[in-house]
Amino acid sequence: MKILVAVKRVIDYNVQIRVKEDGTGVVTDNVKMSTNPPDDNAIEEAVKIKEAGKATEVVAVTVGEEKAQETVRKALAVGADRGIHVKVDGILEPLAVSKILQKIVDKEKPDLVFMGKQAIDDDCNQTGQMLSALLNWPQATFASKIDVKDNKLEVTREIDEGLETIEINVPAIVTCDLRLNEPRYASLPNIMKAKKKPIEEIAASDLGVDVSPRLEQLKVEEPPKRKAGIKVANVAELVQKLKNEAKVI
Amino acid sequence: MAVLLIAEHNNKELRSFTLNAATAASQIDTDVHAVIIGQNSTDAAKQLSELPVVKKVLSVEGAHYENFTAENFAPVVVKLAENYSHIICSANTFGKNLMPRIAAHLDTSQVSDIIKVISPDTFLRPIYAGNAFATIKSNDAKKCVTIRPTSFDPCESTGGSAPIEKVDASEEFSNTKFIKREEIKSDRPELGTARIVVSGGRGMQSGDNFKLITEIADKLGAAIGASRAAVDAGYISNDHQVGQTGKVVVPDLYIAVGISGAIQHLAGMKESKVIVAINKDGEAPIFSVADYGLEADLFEALPQFMEELNKLNTIQK
Repeated sequence: MKILVAVKRVIDYNVQIRVKEDGTGVVTDNVKMSTNPPDDNAIEEAVKIKEAGKATEVVAVTVGEEKAQETVRKALAVGADRGIHVKVDGILEPLAVSKILQKIVDKEKPDLVFMGKQAIDDDCNQTGQMLSALLNWPQATFASKIDVKDNKLEVTREIDEGLETIEINVPAIVTCDLRLNEPRYASLPNIMKAKKKPIEEIAASDLGVDVSPRLEQLKVEEPPKRKAGIKVANVAELVQKLKNEAKVI
Repeated sequence: MAVLLIAEHNNKELRSFTLNAATAASQIDTDVHAVIIGQNSTDAAKQLSELPVVKKVLSVEGAHYENFTAENFAPVVVKLAENYSHIICSANTFGKNLMPRIAAHLDTSQVSDIIKVISPDTFLRPIYAGNAFATIKSNDAKKCVTIRPTSFDPCESTGGSAPIEKVDASEEFSNTKFIKREEIKSDRPELGTARIVVSGGRGMQSGDNFKLITEIADKLGAAIGASRAAVDAGYISNDHQVGQTGKVVVPDLYIAVGISGAIQHLAGMKESKVIVAINKDGEAPIFSVADYGLEADLFEALPQFMEELNKLNTIQK
């Protein structure tokens, strides 16, 4: 079984986001960038499946600008076998990314495609589902547990009401929740070894996919600020304030 | 052209967020039709027909719709879509799972998780865990939009009498099989719609200690929430998680206990009307969004809180 894992480069989850004064977006210059956190879980799961002898190859793919390749390199350092970097500048909508990934799937013919359930920059939560629609494959979204069986996966999904278990036939798409596993750190020797692993570069324009945007981002602004609160001295004061000032209990 | 709302239900009755999504749909166009896809869901279809904002109900029945599998739902909506300008549903796990599958089939760039309808083609949505708001205009002929339920008031649930029209089922998607659903049943209010939410974080130190929160939640008629750290640590189940990748809540009162206030948690609760933070670390970021902060050891503060509540003559429910 061959697993393709899609990873995205985003502003690191610990960075305090600043909105640009001209309202065109958020500040990304000199800001720490990392792999989208649940994409790390997707890589980890694929590598674990390979280590368990149930997959033969793990291929990491990213779609994005020059520096997006760092995310593929990181995936190689934690166990992916090779990488693909689809080069494209500017911001792509999930629909465009899923069309590009469809082309990569056509070329690579993986049995499974894994990715994070949501990117923490645009918070869209679309790409995996869109890719599975385009391929007409089954989708297991928000996965917190994956059991690989013969040509089938049993997946536990985190849903609002609790947990749901489904069985999907391969080929299939899985989008990963942060609770799926604990991503490992790359060891120094593995980081060195990863530098020798191949990354194929493909220009998005060579894939024959229309990636032109359908959405216009008219403005990005700061959310309304909460007015500063107060510290209370003790529990009695807190309850009194909630009862008589805020009038919520 | 009319707007198509996808109803969320459990085959017996509508799920409450359908009413919030209906409000959002009616702000885009007054001509709202609603599709309900399920098995033996005629009672829920009737409920849907009673929403005054809904002008027509489309009912699709089939055994393969019993468990809301997106692979089975999407073709039904895609087929209906030619008559509609917009497809709308809630941005909860139901809609998040389903809508992109529809949008991709329609070759439409979806607008996710909107918090405001500015015009029929322009919407406000949070990005970066709510640390920025983006105004997005869709240039697609057909628009697929998911709405953040807590940002729209529920519509009236009675008084309407829309006609119910049967629509043919589509074929079953055979590569996805439902096995089971483990729903945690509780007599408490739903987390997404509760007036008060009491949440615990890593500071609770164990699942057992959550009983301190349960006790207060019962007294206040509140729902119980949790930070991701508390769920990851196994103190409480995932359906309680509040945050960027969990649930977004906007209660009148949110009490955060032993929660430091990571950006990802704040994303799920900072629109709450009144926020209380109880934390022994006075520098914890949760205090930056709290209206009332109490710097204290929660294991002393929570029993005292319960005592003080017991002294009150009345508690709002």
